[in-house]
Amino acid sequence: MASNYRHIGKDTPRKDARDIVTGRAQYIDDVRLPKMLFGRALRSPFPHANIKSIDISRAAAFPGVHAVLTYKDVPDSEWGIPNHMRILDKKVRFVGDAVALLAAESYDIADEALELIDVEYEPLQTCFDVEDATAPGQPQLYDQYPNNIIPQIAKLLQNVVRGDVEKGFNEADVIIEGTGSYECFPNPLPPEPPGVIAYWENPDKLVIYTATQSVGLNKYLGQPFFGMVDMQVISTQCGGSYGTKNANLTPIGYAAVLSRATGRPVKVYYSKEEHFAAYSLRIASRIHARVGIKKDGTVTAVAGDWLVNTGSGSEAAPHEIAVGCGELQLALRCPNWDLHSTLVCTNRAPSGIVRGYGGQELESSILPIMGMAMEKADVNPVDFFKRNFVRAGDGYYWRNGRWYVYRGIDFSKAIDEGARAFGWHDKWHGWGKPTAVEGQKRRGVGLGIHCNADVGEDHSEAMVKLTPDGRALVMAAVSNAGQDQRSSLCKMAAEVLNLPLDRVNMTPPDTDINPFEFALVGSRGTYTVGSAVIQAAEEARRILLELAAPVLNAEPDELDTEDGWIFVVGEPERRILWRKATGIVRTVIGHGRFEEDFTLSNFLMTFVEVEVDTATGQVKLMNVVNSTDCGQIISPAVLEGQLHGALGSAGLDTAILEGNMLDTDTGRMLNSNLIDYKWRTFKDLPLFTNVILETPMPSHRFHAVGVGEIATSPGPSAVLMAVYNAIGRRIMDYPFTPDKVLNALGKID
Amino acid sequence: MPDKKNINLVVNGKPYELLIGKDVLPSDTLAQTLRDTLGYLGTKIGCDRGACGSCTVLLNGQAVLSCTTLTVECDGMSVTTIEGLEDPKTGQLHPLQQAFIDHTAFQCGFCTPGIIMTTKALLDKNPNPTEDEIKKALAGNYCRCISHYKVLEAVKAAIQGEKHGE
Repeated sequence: MASNYRHIGKDTPRKDARDIVTGRAQYIDDVRLPKMLFGRALRSPFPHANIKSIDISRAAAFPGVHAVLTYKDVPDSEWGIPNHMRILDKKVRFVGDAVALLAAESYDIADEALELIDVEYEPLQTCFDVEDATAPGQPQLYDQYPNNIIPQIAKLLQNVVRGDVEKGFNEADVIIEGTGSYECFPNPLPPEPPGVIAYWENPDKLVIYTATQSVGLNKYLGQPFFGMVDMQVISTQCGGSYGTKNANLTPIGYAAVLSRATGRPVKVYYSKEEHFAAYSLRIASRIHARVGIKKDGTVTAVAGDWLVNTGSGSEAAPHEIAVGCGELQLALRCPNWDLHSTLVCTNRAPSGIVRGYGGQELESSILPIMGMAMEKADVNPVDFFKRNFVRAGDGYYWRNGRWYVYRGIDFSKAIDEGARAFGWHDKWHGWGKPTAVEGQKRRGVGLGIHCNADVGEDHSEAMVKLTPDGRALVMAAVSNAGQDQRSSLCKMAAEVLNLPLDRVNMTPPDTDINPFEFALVGSRGTYTVGSAVIQAAEEARRILLELAAPVLNAEPDELDTEDGWIFVVGEPERRILWRKATGIVRTVIGHGRFEEDFTLSNFLMTFVEVEVDTATGQVKLMNVVNSTDCGQIISPAVLEGQLHGALGSAGLDTAILEGNMLDTDTGRMLNSNLIDYKWRTFKDLPLFTNVILETPMPSHRFHAVGVGEIATSPGPSAVLMAVYNAIGRRIMDYPFTPDKVLNALGKID
Repeated sequence: MPDKKNINLVVNGKPYELLIGKDVLPSDTLAQTLRDTLGYLGTKIGCDRGACGSCTVLLNGQAVLSCTTLTVECDGMSVTTIEGLEDPKTGQLHPLQQAFIDHTAFQCGFCTPGIIMTTKALLDKNPNPTEDEIKKALAGNYCRCISHYKVLEAVKAAIQGEKHGE
């Protein structure tokens, strides 16, 4: 779509591009502070055990060791939602749980000394299955959570109860009852392991360097955890996050207490083994659902018990449930709901913030059941979702339990354009019917959907500072974990101020020098931080023109600015440099604040074509089309990259390749390394097309909403549908590995 | 070489003499030596087990995983890291680096040095690879953001640029 913007919608080199391609970009392990020590955790070999005794004397005496801490030495403080996770506890709840912490002069010394800690464990019974865990007589992970059920949080949307569900079922032509599950608890697994450096500037000030996508969220969650001390969080370049490095107070806690104990900066940088075994996984989802639809695809009732397995700890699960409950309403327009969630803890690694955030998990488990209903009603899924995604005037309960009415654009065109680019109408031959059969190979197509009203979640503040030399500095606490929101925000400010992009820069992601900014989550940056930056730039521009008006003998509204000049509109020769308006000893600062808004949503439909080899059981991804309407593209190549991300970070490939294999006898993950945990390589790339429409969205001056976070979400259920259509057998257990496919085909047991 | 006391290494054209037992332990990997001893922090360690390709450097022109290469085995060899690709005098970027910028062929950027070094080794041997050959060469480089498509664009553009003498 043609626009008259100078920067918005144009591809420009990323602000950090040169640093990245030359190796100068500083990630967390590239930061080396003077006198820094190296922290490690001793990790539990048992999935559930009490620590009967622990003797650190030999480790503490080892040369080069500066501190050894056990549960007796750490503050009595908990984090998680709700709060329940201590830095160290007197029991361990998964294989890899921390038993003791140690700081030494090198990792080699630390690793050697860890082996000198003598621990006597009292192994306990374990539970891994989300339903078994709630049965009577099961081992209890936390005393405060009987039956391993974490209580619902009243101020969050934990259930969807709307209308009259029985009336809805009475109106339905087709009712399907079934169980769907998305329980492979994959690991988003950024290439850079999690890391943090902590030091105490004074007893009341904790400084944290970490590779994060959100310095603000780290501080917001971290301060209560650390007794409301002052906390400064600074992000390095972040080597991938996909949600997981938003705010993980577990490693931050390790570094903070070790630094407190030693009086020196302490770095905790996970090995890849720890990253696999002891860091945030996706929540697992199982739903017993009953859905009703009419013959024309109208959804009349959605009911179900949604069981969410958060492993040994819930870093954010109630919020993920809340967002998932909201997102499903955006994808399935239905007046009658009776959906209830139960959050359960089990003896595997904790679950945390992950891209897709509740909606991906819920949709991946319930949309296949909806698919059965569509099949029975003989409805084409394109028509079904065109009828059922959210439209202006539709209401929904969002994550805070409040009712909102959608006021955004219509995504029908995105569905049509995506379907056309994919060739859906040629490839779709009906439910359970392959697109093509060639010898032992059968092709099938499927699609998935995701909408998220968190594009306007939470609050943001920004300032824009103009300097007399004709430059602008955007001040907002925004780091770069790959989304390149920093360059996009500079573009927005440069557009408002009509400056060349190289004259607009941004402060480092540091909570001390920037105003409040929540986090880069939920695709929110474009709308929320964008709005704050635009407002700040507009205010700065207004002040600048007011300063210039008397100098130019004009009214402020007769003036404009370009490239560091201020001029009278229509009389370009009447112009002055910024410094003639401001003087050289003044800065001009504009402020902007965004207040959360849940009345807009983004949208993504993913179309996939798979080829199933019925002799080997292999599912091969052949073609992917992502279709979205983002209002206005800010940075084309960056957006394309984010949408390609559908395949990675525990996304679409959780239906084909990815998952953690848990040995329930030992509680160990059997494939916790980058050889046995499968990931997509350059050799296995499908054809991939992004269809990105730009229908102006009523968001901010540039009419855009973000869409990056949701790229991973429609993929799994799309693949499930495609595999079903290829082979005529519905496999409900992700990922669809060769053994499951052959089993479904009756070729193996 | 049981009695050898020193390791001689050339990194990006600069010679180093490292004393075994002092500067370099027999257990040190090349990745550790480059990063921790010599300060070439552009080489990234992802898995530290030879599975992700983040630590790829050129050893006598061959792409190797520096996390599974022992420094003591590199005596007399020449290493090129990501820091060695710019023209040291003019600061001009290598055409591959420029192509990665022009095509935004990265998201988080952590795997980028490894991907660029792997590609460089390929192009040094085969200046005109097919897309399949590029994919095969890069099959050991883990990229979780999925910048693969943009990387392929960038590499192909760099090849085209070289052909046209740009």
